[in-house]
Amino acid sequence: MVLAGVAMVIPLVASNYVLEVLTNAWFYTVLCLGLNIVVGYAGLLDLGYAAFFAVGAYTTGILTSQFGVNFWLTIPVAVACSMLAGIVIGGPTLRLRSDYLAIVTLGFGEIVRIVARNLKITGGASGLIGIERPHFFGMELSGIHHFYYVFLLLAILACFISYRLQNSRLGRAWQYVREDEDAAEAMGIGRVSVKLYAYVIGAVFGGVAGCFFAAKMTAISPETFTFTQSVLILLGVVLGGMGKIPGVIVGAFALVLFPEVFRDLGSMRMLVFAIVMLVIMLYRPEGIWPEKRS
Amino acid sequence: MSNLDIFLQQLANGLILGSFYALVALGYTMVYGIIKLLNFAHGDLYMVGSFVGFLILSAISGLLGDSWAAILCSMVLSMLAVGLLGVLIQRVAYQPMLSAPRLSILITALAVSMVLSNTVMALTNGEYKAFITDLGYDGVDIGNVFVTYTQIVLVVSAAFLMVVLYLFVHKTLYGKAMRAIAIDQDACRLMGINVNRVIALTFFIGSALATAAGVMAGVYYGSIHFAMGFVIGLKAFTAAVIGGIGSIPGAMLGGLVLGLLEAFGTQIPAIGTEWKDVFSFGILILLLIFKPTGLLGKTEIERM
Repeated sequence: MVLAGVAMVIPLVASNYVLEVLTNAWFYTVLCLGLNIVVGYAGLLDLGYAAFFAVGAYTTGILTSQFGVNFWLTIPVAVACSMLAGIVIGGPTLRLRSDYLAIVTLGFGEIVRIVARNLKITGGASGLIGIERPHFFGMELSGIHHFYYVFLLLAILACFISYRLQNSRLGRAWQYVREDEDAAEAMGIGRVSVKLYAYVIGAVFGGVAGCFFAAKMTAISPETFTFTQSVLILLGVVLGGMGKIPGVIVGAFALVLFPEVFRDLGSMRMLVFAIVMLVIMLYRPEGIWPEKRS
Repeated sequence: MSNLDIFLQQLANGLILGSFYALVALGYTMVYGIIKLLNFAHGDLYMVGSFVGFLILSAISGLLGDSWAAILCSMVLSMLAVGLLGVLIQRVAYQPMLSAPRLSILITALAVSMVLSNTVMALTNGEYKAFITDLGYDGVDIGNVFVTYTQIVLVVSAAFLMVVLYLFVHKTLYGKAMRAIAIDQDACRLMGINVNRVIALTFFIGSALATAAGVMAGVYYGSIHFAMGFVIGLKAFTAAVIGGIGSIPGAMLGGLVLGLLEAFGTQIPAIGTEWKDVFSFGILILLLIFKPTGLLGKTEIERM
């Protein structure tokens, strides 16, 4: 609560640069919480999460820039598209073992990116420009402080939904499937449908984040949705502590803040980031703030 | 060119591409087979190997000239050097993580991959390096298909390395130990096998094979870059999965299948070069749906 209050008043005192970085951190919080449902709750390795984020961003991008659809109306369409993408990738492949699932999700992520790069409607390799800025009760959302609040709200919403899911019937079913698939099935949990729910809900988080990302940037290109992006989101989840909401938030912030804090190092900063990541994993293999498991 | 000629030319291209993939995929599959780790840093070892080979070649070309002897020599030396680097990485980054959750060790591998590629990027300022050899484009016509000597030598040496590996794994004591550890590590430890040493040896061989492929690719394509490990890492991973990850003949077969798929994929009018990756990933996904353990993989039950 106190933290949420502090987060609310930050735009009154912080510079635009700080706001930009923090907005980015909230944005990654939403993505990481979404992936956390798939990886942390249900224990499914997903190496193509950027694909769902791409589906959301492109849905909004195409609908607003080429068909002139109002931004807010694109969100339900994007949600439907991401759910569909979640079912398409999840449906036929969820019976696979974890490592094979990893390569299939990776392949799916690459397919989405290459399709976006080669279709006309997605603007090809140069991407889409001129995505409409959303209006909120007549006020155009354009300044960085507007988007700070937008992403903060999304992050809070994502936390709330994640929390409710974790303690729901479905959340417990995910946990059983994660710990012991066969035992879960023996207890009457339909593991394929339960895993599919994880994929679909995770996809919706990514899709909605993608919509607002497109609106904030007003331009998107396929290079935003590479394998590296998927890996980065996964890093946030594992680095912070899989399955635990505060841990995942810490992970998302570490992901965004680290390269910024070490900006002075220039081209060496990703190297330093990687080394620090390695050290964190070696000394805290369960993440910075792990979930307690008995 | 007639259709048959195009077919043969793509067959040759596919075999060359496939032998690179197969060499890298072998390291993936061996490491996976023995400690169940998807070593995402493997593609970067290929890249590092290519740079080390480049350095050694520039150092010794004054001595031996731009000859096959120089290339062979630099390939062997860089295989040794990067093989040891692979062992070092295993000791520092993977050994302490063997009992950690599987995803954590996967992230560690990703971190190692970033360390390797960013180090090389910092050292080379992100520039392409020209891998100049004086081999030219001499070759022979087989039917109407032109194959350079370079291509022939590369395919032959890749095949040679694979045969040696196969014999090593199936005929020597260490190979037997490797196969045994893949089945049950604890039992091997009880039987008095030095498990850590065998794991280190596996990393050495895998890294050395990736290096061989890296040096070959440098010679073949003529330029090297710090980011080149990423794509080949993905492709090798795909190849290993197609063949059935953990299976050594599977990796060889998977590499060749993937190389041929890509070569022929570019010839299908609707696919072309832009869609060839969609094509190969699509085939991969279809294959896994119908044959979830890959072409030569064994069925096994395990969880994350």
